[in-house]
Amino acid sequence: MKLLVFAAALVPFAHLLWRGFNGDLTADPLVEITNETGIWTLRFVVITLAITPIRRASGWNPVIRVRRMLGLFAFFYGMLHFLTYLVGDRFASLDFPDGFVAWSTLVNLLASIWEDVAKRPYITVGFIAFVSMIPLALTSTAGWIRRLGGRNWQRLHRLIYLTGIAGVTHYWWRVKADTLHPAIYAGIIALLLGYRLALSIKRRKGSRVPSSGSRFEVAPGTPSASE
Amino acid sequence: MLVKTAPDIRSADITDKKLYLARREFIRAAAATTVGAAAGVLGVGAAEAQSWPRVKIPGALKDSGWGKGEKPNAYQDITTYNNFYEFGTEKEDPAANAHTLKTTPWTVKIDGLVSKPADYHLEDIVKPEALEERVYRLRCVERWSMVIPWVGFPLANLLKRVEPRSNAKFVEFTTLLNQQQMPGTRRDVLQWPYVEGLRLDEAMHPLTILAVGLYGEYLPNQNGAPIRLVVPWKYGFKSIKSIVRIRLTDREPMNSWQLSAPHEYGFYSNVNPERDHPRWSQARERRIGEFFMRPTLIFNGYGDQVASLYAGMDLKRYY
Repeated sequence: MKLLVFAAALVPFAHLLWRGFNGDLTADPLVEITNETGIWTLRFVVITLAITPIRRASGWNPVIRVRRMLGLFAFFYGMLHFLTYLVGDRFASLDFPDGFVAWSTLVNLLASIWEDVAKRPYITVGFIAFVSMIPLALTSTAGWIRRLGGRNWQRLHRLIYLTGIAGVTHYWWRVKADTLHPAIYAGIIALLLGYRLALSIKRRKGSRVPSSGSRFEVAPGTPSASE
Repeated sequence: MLVKTAPDIRSADITDKKLYLARREFIRAAAATTVGAAAGVLGVGAAEAQSWPRVKIPGALKDSGWGKGEKPNAYQDITTYNNFYEFGTEKEDPAANAHTLKTTPWTVKIDGLVSKPADYHLEDIVKPEALEERVYRLRCVERWSMVIPWVGFPLANLLKRVEPRSNAKFVEFTTLLNQQQMPGTRRDVLQWPYVEGLRLDEAMHPLTILAVGLYGEYLPNQNGAPIRLVVPWKYGFKSIKSIVRIRLTDREPMNSWQLSAPHEYGFYSNVNPERDHPRWSQARERRIGEFFMRPTLIFNGYGDQVASLYAGMDLKRYY
C-alpha cells in the first residue's frame, strides 16, 4: 500500500513536469506552478488530517501507516511552492546592482522576502503555514519519536492544525473575487478539526473513547515511548 | 522435415468483412478514447486545441504608428490567457468556454446624455471608421503584462457621432449578460452585468479605442468580441469586453471591481507603481514570456500623453 500511495502522491509533480516539457503551463508558467504546488500542498494537508477520522470511522487501522508519508508530501509540495515563490517572484523582482553572483543579491533577496512576509497578510499566513511544517518534517523519523517521547511528539505534531488553518487562510486571502474553492477547503478543514475538538471534549467529560489502547496515535511500527 | 499442411478453413470461420471492419473501427475508437482520456487527465493537448474561427479583417489597416519598437506577445498567449469571468475565473477558461458567445447579430445601445440615442447595429458603428492597428502595452492589475496589436478606432469618433450633451461628464459601459452563453455568470462571482466607466475626457482621449480585432483578425470571443474597450494607461480590467451598452451620464459610474472590493479597486485604476494593491506590490510586472520582472511605469508608460488629464489630483487617493 505504501508504494502505491507514494506513486500516487508523485502524480501531481510528474504532471507538472510533463506539462512543462510540453510547454503547456499557460502563458505565465511561474504563476501556474505556484498555483498548482500551492493547491497540492493544501490537499495533502487535508488528506493527512483526514487519516485519523477515516481510521476511527472505518476501523481500518493500516491506513495510519501512510499518514507520515502523506504529511511529508504536504511538506514536499509546500517546499516546491515556497521555492517557486522564492525564485519566480522574489528573485525575479530584484535589482542586481553588482551582478547576479554577489553578496548584495543574497542580502536583497532575504530583505525582499522579509518585507513581503511582514507587509502582506496573505504572504504572512502562507509563510506561517510553510514554516509550521518544517519541525514536523524534521521530526518525522522513528528516532525523533523516541527522543521526544510519544506524548511530546504527538503534541508537537498538532502543529499541523495550524498549518491547515494558515494554509487555507492564505488561499482565501489570495483570490480576487471567487472564494468558492477556498470556502470548500475551509469547510473540510473545519470539519476535520471540529471532529478532533468534539473528540477531546468528549474525553474531558470522562467518557472513554474506545480505541486501540493508546490515547495518542503514533504510527504502528514506530516505538512509542509514552506507553 | 515434417511439413504440416494447413487445415482447411471453413467459410463459417471467416469473419465477414463488414464485421471485421466494424471491429477494427471499434478497437480504434476505444484506443483513441483511452488515449484521449489519459491525455485529458494529464492535460496534454490543451495548448494546441484552438477551436475558435480565425477571420482576417478585410481591407488595409491604417498604421497608427503606436507601439514602434514593442514586440507583441504571441497570438497563442494573448488568446489563451484571459481574464473574462463571464466564462470562468481561471485564465484558460475563456478560451475553452467562450465559443458559446453569439456575436452576430450584435447591437450596442447608446443612450443617456446624448443627442442621438439608439440601438446601433455593430456594422453601423464600425463601418464609417478607418480601422487602424495599435500596438499597446496591457498591464493587468495582477502584475503581468503583454503587448497586443489591437485593431480598432478611437472611441472619440463614435462619441462625437452620437453627440454628447453638454452636461455629460462620464461614460458607462456594460458587458453582455446572458447565462446561456456565459456559464461564468451563473454564479455571483461579481455583480453582473460587468460595468466599467471613464470620465468623458478620458473616453475622448485619442489613446482610448474601441477594438474589434487583434493581429489583423477579428477578436476571438475570449478577447471580448465583437467590440471592446482598450484604455492602455489603466489596469486591464478597465478595458471592458463584449460591450452592449454605452451610456453617457453626469455621475461617476460604479465599476464592477470597485463594487466587489472598493479598497482594492477604484474608479480610475490608472497604472501606478507607487500605489500598491493592498495585497501585492505594483512596483514591477512580469511581461508574459519573460522571467525577470520589469519596473512598472506610471500610466503604463503613457504619461506623456495622459498625465495632463490628472494634473493636481492625488493619484494615491483617486486610485
